[in-house]
Amino acid sequence: MKRHSTILLTALIAALASVAQAQNKGEVLIKNATIMTASHGVIEGGSILIRDGKIAAVGKNTEVRAGANARVIDATGMYVTPGIIDAHSHSALDSVNEGSVSVSAMVRMKDVVDNTDINIYRQIAGGTTTIHSLHGSANSIGGQNVILKLKWGKPAEEMIVPDMPRTIKFALGENPKRAGNQSNPFGQGNRPLRFPATRMGVEFTIREAFQQAREYMREWDEYAAAKERGGDPAPPRRDLKLEAIADILRGKLLVHSHCYRADEILMLMNVADEFGWKVLAFQHVLEGYKVAKEIAAHGAGGSTFSDWWAYKIEAYDAIPGNAAIMHHKGVITSVNSDSADLARRLYQEAAKTIKYGGLTDEEALRFITLNPAKQIKMDHRIGSIDVGKDGDLAIFNAHPFSIYARVEMTLIEGEVYFDRKEDLKRRETIAKEKKELIEKERRTAPQEQRQPMPPITPTVSGPGDDQPKIKQ
Amino acid sequence: MNRNRTFRFVVKAVIAAILIIGWIAFGRPIIKNLFHNSVVSAQQTANVFVIRNAKIVTVTGATIERGSVLIRDGKIAEVGARVTAPSNAKVIDATGLSVYPGLIDCGTSLGLTEIGSIQETRDTTELGDFNPHMRAIVAVQPHSELIPVSRANGVTTAITRPGGRLVSGQSALINLDGWTWQEMTVKTPAAMAMEYPRAPRGRGAAFAQAEGANNIAQLRDRQLNALRQKLEDAQAYAKAKEARAADKGLPPRPVDHVLEALIPVVKGELPVLMVANAEREIKGAIEIADKYKLKLIISGAADAWKVASTLKEKNIPVIIGPVTDLPNNEDDDYDLNYSHAAKLHKAGVKFAFQTDDAAYARNLPYQAGTSAAFGLPKDEALKAVTIYPAQIFGVDKLLGSIEVGKMANLIVTDGDPLEFKTSVKQMFINGKPVDLSSRHTRLYDKFKDRQ
Repeated sequence: MKRHSTILLTALIAALASVAQAQNKGEVLIKNATIMTASHGVIEGGSILIRDGKIAAVGKNTEVRAGANARVIDATGMYVTPGIIDAHSHSALDSVNEGSVSVSAMVRMKDVVDNTDINIYRQIAGGTTTIHSLHGSANSIGGQNVILKLKWGKPAEEMIVPDMPRTIKFALGENPKRAGNQSNPFGQGNRPLRFPATRMGVEFTIREAFQQAREYMREWDEYAAAKERGGDPAPPRRDLKLEAIADILRGKLLVHSHCYRADEILMLMNVADEFGWKVLAFQHVLEGYKVAKEIAAHGAGGSTFSDWWAYKIEAYDAIPGNAAIMHHKGVITSVNSDSADLARRLYQEAAKTIKYGGLTDEEALRFITLNPAKQIKMDHRIGSIDVGKDGDLAIFNAHPFSIYARVEMTLIEGEVYFDRKEDLKRRETIAKEKKELIEKERRTAPQEQRQPMPPITPTVSGPGDDQPKIKQ
Repeated sequence: MNRNRTFRFVVKAVIAAILIIGWIAFGRPIIKNLFHNSVVSAQQTANVFVIRNAKIVTVTGATIERGSVLIRDGKIAEVGARVTAPSNAKVIDATGLSVYPGLIDCGTSLGLTEIGSIQETRDTTELGDFNPHMRAIVAVQPHSELIPVSRANGVTTAITRPGGRLVSGQSALINLDGWTWQEMTVKTPAAMAMEYPRAPRGRGAAFAQAEGANNIAQLRDRQLNALRQKLEDAQAYAKAKEARAADKGLPPRPVDHVLEALIPVVKGELPVLMVANAEREIKGAIEIADKYKLKLIISGAADAWKVASTLKEKNIPVIIGPVTDLPNNEDDDYDLNYSHAAKLHKAGVKFAFQTDDAAYARNLPYQAGTSAAFGLPKDEALKAVTIYPAQIFGVDKLLGSIEVGKMANLIVTDGDPLEFKTSVKQMFINGKPVDLSSRHTRLYDKFKDRQ
């Protein structure tokens, strides 16, 4: 089974990649569209010209001129938005959590990118073009994250944004202390107990790491000074973990912190102030609405769920008006997925924030475009439909905040990576190919021997208890 | 012997008659007052409402562009362009607003669970494989914070069901309002919640071995046999019980609570709500239903589209959802679940939606709406969260549309209830206006103006 699903997947990737490669860079003109720019309002009857992957012009149909060789996409009756950005993803990764240590700052998600993850395709089919794929939340200080453009069919190296800003994952609250909790299955059996087990321990773990990083920096400073003086000192031992934390202190590595409760949000800002760095964005931040004033004063962003709640006790005070309150109090706010499922319809998640928080369409659109771009320091390149930015666009058949909307086409840097019409057309061919492969497999593979059934004995336990929803 | 029995029957009949007459004379008003907890004169005013100037989407009949709905004593008393309301009726002017029947979620654990990760707050899964005698309704917490949150998006009624076992227990159809679970009850049992034996997801061989089986297939086969055995035992038990009812000379048998609870199932009186997702599971469920003459409803039903012709032919309804879940296989169409309802509709299979959750029952309208974005006609999407659920659970004379005589479960909205931007402005459950605030609105109001 495993074998033919791998063959199938390879065939699927090849088929889809050929679609993407067929389009050359050059000019693409999208015309007759309702353009939701996310930065400067809505343009009815508008056109967008993309040249060599960048937006070259945007405006009314009459204002935008393309060359004779431009590929023209007629978007009559359709809505165009910037490509959607997911500020919290774990897609396209081979592994997510290095949970054995409390501080895993040395590991890098860019080393484990899986460009064959089918969720990449499913997400571009929902208009998502850029994801911030994060280390998990098992550690107080986790690993370094990766920013990917969802160029389905391309090698991993081409998906990783070349000059991407470097970010690192922190985690507070239940998840990092879970491994230290004796009553939790994560801390039992084949996994050893691990410090910390409380929010107190989480705070200390972070503080200790920064203390060590400061000392580590001083050792290297002293070494450099001694060399400067003409001496021949022995260099300090290189420590990749402390190197990363030192980069936070140097402002070269930016912090995205998983958190739920107001107290732990304040705690991390307190530690950051003490050591002289800033939290770039709080992730989940379900109680952000309680301390939005403090978050705004610190200058951190808030990246939250539209309506998740009650899956654990630290999510019991989560409200769907969180995004709206944070936004109104001056926090740069985004709505994220943290799930391969939701990442396929972040436009619906943004629409919910309008319902629960009384926002305008443009404010809600920014929650999934311009604001997450700011939270990953990419807003100079992506997040709105403006001249000079990447040609990353999603084209909808209806207003993206209508429940009846779906994505018809998705472009990244001017190339069409998803086209619903093409997808529908391809299905018959793929089904035929699948059938042939299965038949071939049946002809060639040895027949599986079914074990004879043992006598029936009364069973007492059931097929298994429900697993609670646990976020990474 | 025979005369003795006749005498006992006469005595019993007289006692029964006295009880019935007594109840008609005195009991009913007492019960009524207990439930309404108010004096009679105030009650009359409180029980009559008229919603005026609204667009009325009846679902089963034509939409009335501008009309009224009269609600009296919990029921829809009149509907139409012109309705004469008594002078004591409380008038709700719904100019610019629409009235729809309350939405019905066909699969939740509302009232049975509060916080997903905390076992102590979950009452969905009793120990043991066979729990037909477990009744969800008695464990429903009427004051769960999840209930008002679900109401806020238009859900008035839901199936709440146990889960996780071969026979998980009796599910109940509940209204999302009431001081007690008795007041919330619409119908119980509404269906017997069962799960077709399957390979437990994510556990694999290790789990099978822990259960004393060599592999997953073996474990599944063993469970399947045990299920068949149990149904046969129930058939035999029912037969024995009937035999003794006909002939008191037969020796009495001790009550077996498990088999006793399965009698209405094997008699085809109580529908079975069986979780079955893969094609093989659905076919297996149909096979069992055929063999033991069960009244089958398939729940989950991920592969129902592959079995659509059989489902239609046998008139087996399916409860699908959440349709927003990821497809199971990496080579599935990306929109497989989004477009599932459209496929079932096209094939003529009766279906309805569920959220299969408690905290997210409020997203029920978006299950239907997303399906409409991927090919399901909009009016069908609305039916699949109103009248179809009522039909599937045998309460379509009571719920699911705006018709005279039905229970007044209504929502007043500022638009299409399946749309994100629509707000539910007012809700009636059982003819009573219901508070639309919740834990979420309270916390929002408390913190939005924090200085």
